[in-house]
Amino acid sequence: MPKTAVKPVTEQAIVQPLHSPAQLHFRTLRLDTPFQPRIDAAMKTNDWYDWGGYRAPASLWDEELEYFAIRSQAALFDISPMTKYRIEGPDAESFLNRLTLRDVTKLKTGRVHYTAWCDDEGFVLDDGTLFRLAPNRFRLCCQERHLPWLLDSAIGFDVTVTEETEVVAALALQGPTSFAILREAGFEGVERLKVFDLAEFAHEDGSVTISRTGFTGDLGYELFVETRLALSLWDRLWQAGELRGIRAIGYTALNRARLEAGLIVANADFVTAEHAIRADRVRMPDEIGLGFMVDLEKGHFNGRRAIAEARAKGRLRHVLVGLEIEGNIPAEHAIVYHRKKKEVGLVSAAIWSPMAKRNIALASLERPYGDSITDDLWVEIYAMRELKYERLMKRAKVVQRPFIKLDRRTASPPAEF
Amino acid sequence: MTSFDAIVIGGGHNGLTAAATLAKSGRKVLVLEAASEIGGAARTEEFAPGFRAAPAHLLNRLHPEVVKTLELERHGLALGPIAPSVALSRDDKPLTLHGAYGESLSGASASEAAAWQELRAQLLRYAGILKPLLARRPPELGNMSLMETSAFAMTGLSLRRLGKEDMRDFLRMLLMNVSDVADEHLDDDRLKGLLAFDATLGSHLGPRSPTSLLGLYYRLAGEFGRQPGAQALPAGGMGAVVAAILRAAKAAGVSIRADAPVARILAEKGRAAGVALDSGEEIRARTVVSAINPHSTFLDLVGTREIDTGFVRRIKNIRMKGDAAKLHLALDRPPEFSGVDAAGHRGRLVIAPSSDHVERAFNPAKYGEFSPEPVMEITLPSLSDPTLAPDGACVLSAVVQYAPYALKEGWEAGKPKFLAAIMARLELYAPGIGRLVRHAELLTPADLEARYRMPGGHWHHGELQADQMMMSRPAFGAAGYDTPVEGLFLCGAGSHPGGGVSGVPGLNAARRIIEMRG
Ligand SMILES: Cc1cc2nc3c(=O)[nH]c(=O)nc-3n(C[C@H](O)[C@H](O)[C@H](O)COP(=O)(O)OP(=O)(O)OC[C@H]3O[C@@H](n4cnc5c(N)ncnc54)[C@H](O)[C@@H]3O)c2cc1C
Repeated sequence: MPKTAVKPVTEQAIVQPLHSPAQLHFRTLRLDTPFQPRIDAAMKTNDWYDWGGYRAPASLWDEELEYFAIRSQAALFDISPMTKYRIEGPDAESFLNRLTLRDVTKLKTGRVHYTAWCDDEGFVLDDGTLFRLAPNRFRLCCQERHLPWLLDSAIGFDVTVTEETEVVAALALQGPTSFAILREAGFEGVERLKVFDLAEFAHEDGSVTISRTGFTGDLGYELFVETRLALSLWDRLWQAGELRGIRAIGYTALNRARLEAGLIVANADFVTAEHAIRADRVRMPDEIGLGFMVDLEKGHFNGRRAIAEARAKGRLRHVLVGLEIEGNIPAEHAIVYHRKKKEVGLVSAAIWSPMAKRNIALASLERPYGDSITDDLWVEIYAMRELKYERLMKRAKVVQRPFIKLDRRTASPPAEF
Repeated sequence: MTSFDAIVIGGGHNGLTAAATLAKSGRKVLVLEAASEIGGAARTEEFAPGFRAAPAHLLNRLHPEVVKTLELERHGLALGPIAPSVALSRDDKPLTLHGAYGESLSGASASEAAAWQELRAQLLRYAGILKPLLARRPPELGNMSLMETSAFAMTGLSLRRLGKEDMRDFLRMLLMNVSDVADEHLDDDRLKGLLAFDATLGSHLGPRSPTSLLGLYYRLAGEFGRQPGAQALPAGGMGAVVAAILRAAKAAGVSIRADAPVARILAEKGRAAGVALDSGEEIRARTVVSAINPHSTFLDLVGTREIDTGFVRRIKNIRMKGDAAKLHLALDRPPEFSGVDAAGHRGRLVIAPSSDHVERAFNPAKYGEFSPEPVMEITLPSLSDPTLAPDGACVLSAVVQYAPYALKEGWEAGKPKFLAAIMARLELYAPGIGRLVRHAELLTPADLEARYRMPGGHWHHGELQADQMMMSRPAFGAAGYDTPVEGLFLCGAGSHPGGGVSGVPGLNAARRIIEMRG
């Protein structure tokens, strides 16, 4: 049963259940996902973190090797804590077109696109993936929770918005052998999925939605299934993957892969509009590399007026760039300087990339730095060496994202490794 | 087919004022009115054979700039004499406020009269400070033009001119309730009841509700015949005022179409492009001016897909559930209110025996019930203008509070009971009046909503309380008459400063449009 449904404003009644299950939230401060029994069994490091209120593995056995599982085998990552909304109804398309930046009329059934949405002032509320499951049915996946915003955005639209984070379990299967594993597991026709395609496949007495998407820049898939079928899906993949090197992984490994792929994370690489406390921390799409999504021609959407005005008046103050930094010491949260003197920005994520064999980073700079002025940039790295900081001033170069490009990600049909 | 520079939706007095002002600037303007007659809640209509009345019956805030800009006197606006207010009482003789809001009193003790003069002067002084703010476009925080800054500064200056003690008191009292203020100065329940009534008229507040004094300031910021606080029963009824504005509009070249309800405002890529009528007909123009309710404008006519979610939230949250009902009685002959002289009968008669009484009348409204002992403001317009009733007969027009829009039992069941409650009150103050009634028309807020297309039946097209005033009226983002939809402007009572027959929102909006070259 949907938890919340939206009706046109005139028909809305105020319904307040006496006791909501959420009222007992304090008894379990971190929830388990439907895959927890399998993850607990695989957990050797006891290295947990909190992902949107869920107990999620930062690493399971060895973060280094988990990363290499993504790049040379197949990595299974539980993405159930990802926020998921089901958006359904005759006006679903126009609702989403008004909500998000990209043109949803161009998103065909069976396709997925990466998009973002803004508040009235044009500041990004979140980014996420939009799955068109049927002409009038979508799934929106993202980092933060947005139900009140989505419900208020639904006023005047014949559409139902349902929070389904808790009722849909999801897995990411990423890495060169991921396709082979799915085929081995008997998902017939999965070879036909091109990048950003999705399709339904039978599983037990139900079904699983498989999309050729992911957060690694690698060949990979995401699988969505009702929670009661979660464990059997895990087992099905696990068995099929035994000889293909399937490994369960945690977020630390995934985070490296996503950085190599040049992908940003809300509230890590930028502060979402509803989370920002300080007035200057909010960002417009153009300021975090999402300007390409903005479609001023498609008709009205939230933030359109503000974005168009900011563009016209040259009011975009920041820019998000990829940096290549000399040396091999990750510049995490380092300050970026121009001519070693003027502070012009901050690194939000950085690693030594094993694939690119480069020291890479994402950074937010204040324009014109990173935009028209890209020379003579430096980062200041404080490397702790046995209770003493080694202060390093390293040259940084603005480079294209993604930092790595793997042909196998897009190859169609996908290769079997 | 003629093409228009601007389309005004709604032929209420504000729509007409905006249209006339725009036309005078050289624009071709079309007014589209849903009803068969223009005038909105100020239009005079026949409610029984030979008997005519309008929801709005007292003129107390028609702005002199509107009169001047539209040359209303040249277009036949006949301002009658200033009307007194009579506070009726059952145990006492009535108390009368003569001149402009009680320049002198009769029926009060000497000490009370002296206390009143002091309070009256103070109230008018303080209302006078707010007056420029309630006349101009509200300031945009952080984005004030030089003009606006200076208007703001002027308010500061007039504050300074008050002197230290007065300034302190102005600030102290600003958000007080009317009841406490009256108690500080007065003893007479009749007088305090009248103030309580005037402060809360047309809003969902009782006299003891915080900020209720603002309502009285709003009332006293209005003027008639250059006299602050004065009121009149316009000759020819409120309809005559509308007729003068209409003539001014027509003289300026405005085209007017009645029976033309607008179904949609056409928006293309964030810009208003014209309107579509209920009939399907589309009319395009560079500028669309909405003289109707802001909620209807954005949520029904523009539609949520053309505006941002945050703005939709704010518009949806505007409170506009009216509490004022309107009673029209067709009487065989003029009624006689006990102890009231002939001049009093031509004035405004108020049944609000005490501040407590008004508060008690408000209490049930909080819970969706009408007042069993309602308070009311009564006029007998046909005494001043015999054309409003057949020979020898009389029209009684009364605004009655509190009649909550969303009556729990529903107005179908509630209306006869509420009418009986009103008639019982009237009978106490004008014995025998019941027998004179040839026809009674009671318009509940639900009726007003349907007939005049006023959502919630609300006097001001949105509660006029501190949180819905100035730069928050009707909501942030549309407070300066221009709106998030380029080329679409608001100009009705839902906009700053608010409702009442003033013409100010209409005039200000037109000036804003001219300033923005819309
Ligand atoms: C019971 C009552 C008593 C009042 N008494 C007084 C009083 O004594 N003195 C005083 O000064 N004020 C009084 N008022 C307040 C005053 O009547 C209003 O504030 C004033 O009428 C507002 O004017 P307006 O032009 O902004 O809007 P309105 O008068 O509401 O006019 C709006 C017009 O738009 C039209 N319209 C609506 N929707 C559409 C559409 N989709 N297409 C085309 N046309 C449309 C309506 O038919 C209407 O004609 C009273 C109000 C009420 C309810």
